[in-house]
Amino acid sequence: MNPVELRGLVKRYGEIVAVDHVDLTVHAGDVYGYLGPNGAGKTTSLRMMLGLIRPTGGTVRLFGHDPLATVRALEGVAGFVEEPRFYPYLSGRKNLELLAAFDGGQARAQIEGVLETVELRSRASDRVGAYSHGMKQRLGIAAALLRQPRLLLLDEPTTGLDPVGMRDMRMLIRRLAGEGITVLLSSHQLTEVEEVCNRVAIIRAGGIVFEGGLDDLRRTAATRYRLRTTDPERTVAICTVQPGLRDLRSDDDGLTFVADEEAIPDLSVALVEAGVAITALIPQRPSLEDLFFDFIEGEQSAPAQPRVMDPA
Amino acid sequence: MNPSVLTVYRWELRKLRSQKRTYIGLGAAVLIPLIFVTAVAIRNGGPEDVAFGRYIHDTGLAIPLVLLLFGSVWMFPLITALVAGDIVAAEDHNGTLKTILTRSVERGQIFAGKALATATYATAAIFLSGLVAVTAGSVVSGFNPLVTLSGNTVSATRALGLVGASLLVYLIPIFAIACIGLLLSTITRNSAAAVVGTLMVSLIIQLIGIVPGLGSLHPYLLSTQFDAWQGLLRTPTDWDPTLRSAWVCALYGVPSAVAAYLIFVRRDVAG
Repeated sequence: MNPVELRGLVKRYGEIVAVDHVDLTVHAGDVYGYLGPNGAGKTTSLRMMLGLIRPTGGTVRLFGHDPLATVRALEGVAGFVEEPRFYPYLSGRKNLELLAAFDGGQARAQIEGVLETVELRSRASDRVGAYSHGMKQRLGIAAALLRQPRLLLLDEPTTGLDPVGMRDMRMLIRRLAGEGITVLLSSHQLTEVEEVCNRVAIIRAGGIVFEGGLDDLRRTAATRYRLRTTDPERTVAICTVQPGLRDLRSDDDGLTFVADEEAIPDLSVALVEAGVAITALIPQRPSLEDLFFDFIEGEQSAPAQPRVMDPA
Repeated sequence: MNPSVLTVYRWELRKLRSQKRTYIGLGAAVLIPLIFVTAVAIRNGGPEDVAFGRYIHDTGLAIPLVLLLFGSVWMFPLITALVAGDIVAAEDHNGTLKTILTRSVERGQIFAGKALATATYATAAIFLSGLVAVTAGSVVSGFNPLVTLSGNTVSATRALGLVGASLLVYLIPIFAIACIGLLLSTITRNSAAAVVGTLMVSLIIQLIGIVPGLGSLHPYLLSTQFDAWQGLLRTPTDWDPTLRSAWVCALYGVPSAVAAYLIFVRRDVAG
């Protein structure tokens, strides 16, 4: 049983389609990034995964169970959507006691432990109303850990945190993943996903535009090369007619072009045969950031890969 | 009781104990009889035109009964609505529904726990008010025998029992108001709107009661059921108003509670 399986998931609010036929599979052990700009439908998808809202169409299965049918489907599942919320008039510890009781009471003994994990023990007796955003975020993680989850669903866990808070949160997520917890985290920050995730789905306007490993994502973009030679003018002439090279651009620092790796040996031979020596030929890995923007702005022009889905 | 419902119920009570509005409601339930008794102590007259009004200087046991009569206009409905209208909407306000709905209790169990906690609060408020009225009233007017609506006199201890029974019967329409409050709390997701709305419904029903020509509706109005306890203070005891109160209030309360339940278990939790 996969921790998460979404099939044809749709959520419509009147005319607006918030989530448009999303298919997504998270395998056990994945740290899965659910990536997209604000308003793309990430939170709505997560709400449906947690059984908080009813899909207009399609199905959600968590370890094979439907969270809409009964909260028992959420056994082994924990997380939060948007920012975690608590009763402001109760202390952090009391809030956790309430949630432990709602989970059946066994988790009560672990409250001090999870408070320690998120480094909130010294403030646990204060009312949550007096907590900073970062503390509430950590209390949210603590509340999730109380369930001893096999699957964590986290909605933009670092949003609104200061740099130190972000680093700590990411370290915590990596640590939990290291302990074997499957994690699905939504984010609009690519660097975050790059740092902690092994797989990624990119959502735009409610639909998935890419799903796969981070390496697959990198491969979907052809590489741009920078070429410096002893004779720039002839180089341009050769490159213009050389097969497999696209999008030639000249600048002060030489020439750049887009090509598949297979086209490079022929190019270097052609240059040498023409008496032009190569001083540098540098593949410039596209940053994920560029790819991400390509995807979310709908300008992905790289050759279609099997995993890339048409958003329409 | 279902263990999950019991857990939710206990925590709802604990939450009520940590919130200001609970104390505002219970504080009003204590303060108003005290103000009333103070007025009785410093003034000679009394509300002659209402049942038991003329006896408030003779026995403290008449005072809770007069309080029930005046309290039905808006005081007890408001005290009830204060918590009933808030208990679901407060979760929306704090954004905590998503927090508790992703644990291991079903939505229906959470709703049941909330409904029970509301009923507990309303019961506490009514009996607290009655207790304060009897105690303070007895200090001012004495713990003396009471003249019933049939004109015969009953001993003070028997009258105390009748006051207690009256409070119980008074709870029937109070629970109906609480159900309306729960429904509005669930629908509006806004505490203030639900509290005011519940009070408005209660006042509108009373207004219908004083519109000329609508007298035939009287027995079916929620406001009329607030007087059902008076049947207990007749000899022989007249149970008819209490029985009527039970089914008429059920007609108001049960559909409200069922609708609130169905909306709560099916609604989308966003925001």
